[in-house]
Amino acid sequence: MAKVESSFKNMVITLFIVTLIASLSLGGIYNLTKGPIAVAKKKAQEAAIREVIPEFDELKTFSVAPDDGSDSLVFNQGFKAGELVGTAILSYSLKGYDPTPIKLMVGFLPGGVIDNTQVVQQKETPGLGTKLETPEFRNQFVNKNPKEFILKVKNDGGDIDAITAATISSRAFCEAVERAYVSYEKYTEDQK
Amino acid sequence: MNQWVNFTKGFIKENPVFTLLLGLCPTLAVTSSAFNGFGMGIATTFVLMCSNMVVSLVKNYIPNKVRIPSFIVIIASFVTIVELVMQAYAPSLFKALGIFIPLIVVNCLVLGRAEGFASKQSFLSSLIDGLGMGLGFTFALTLLGSIREMLGAGSIFGFKFIPGDAILVFILQPGAFIVLGYLIAMFNRLKKSA
Repeated sequence: MAKVESSFKNMVITLFIVTLIASLSLGGIYNLTKGPIAVAKKKAQEAAIREVIPEFDELKTFSVAPDDGSDSLVFNQGFKAGELVGTAILSYSLKGYDPTPIKLMVGFLPGGVIDNTQVVQQKETPGLGTKLETPEFRNQFVNKNPKEFILKVKNDGGDIDAITAATISSRAFCEAVERAYVSYEKYTEDQK
Repeated sequence: MNQWVNFTKGFIKENPVFTLLLGLCPTLAVTSSAFNGFGMGIATTFVLMCSNMVVSLVKNYIPNKVRIPSFIVIIASFVTIVELVMQAYAPSLFKALGIFIPLIVVNCLVLGRAEGFASKQSFLSSLIDGLGMGLGFTFALTLLGSIREMLGAGSIFGFKFIPGDAILVFILQPGAFIVLGYLIAMFNRLKKSA
């Protein structure tokens, strides 16, 4: 078959058909995958919560707005047989190396001791800042009480060993944990 | 055309990275580790095959003057479909490869093969070209990523063989240029003697 001629009419019709097919198939696939994507995201969130607080059988989720007018944080309280076993807080920091916020799930045991932390989202430098996700870095926070443990890198007078060549990312991680802790403390005070 | 020659040309003779120097932006950006290079390569191979197939099928219906915009729409649609489907049905794979998917749209290797090969060749040749070129790209990215990871982090595919830190510059962007430069020199020498 001969190639279609580049007349004005042909070009307009071709572009119209190409974009029409593209948008129809994209719209259709978006609708098909919308449900499964939401389910997958929720599962990932729940997996992160399970990792940072002890085993629970009931979850209570609510938002808490901090005093300084910044974005509210999502609290996930885990209960086992009606007893509070831990609070997982979805915290963030905008001070990472990439403009994309670093999002962390920080788990606190009742009493304010950090149980564990988990990175939910980050786009730091591959091979450097991405080491935030390694247990070597995150384990520094495990079982620490921020009351006597300073959540800052050693350069800033804190107790955390920063990742080599990724001090900015390490600093942002500490800030996110600190933000979660301040919010947790305030919430516990208010409950009394 | 001999399909075996068509398939193997992507590895050395017309390797997209070392010979054609196509798609260097994602190449330099994501090859900080062997796995990242491999993941980006596989994702690109898939899109390259799909876009080559469709372009070779519709090539006679698209007027010459609007072929580039049409190809771009086709490629961008495929990339978005891959991203959505992966996110919905393979979330753990998406977590590992997700960051590379949007980079494929800006990869001129895909458009280059659509424009330079698939828009002139038959369906089968285009499919094989896409597969060969994609695997050649994967090979180049994995090689680049392995060398950078070995020198820069002392590990390969995440398996650490030197404790502690290594030569950090190889993980950073300047290291990508240095390693790529030496690899291109090496491949040019190889082609000369072959």
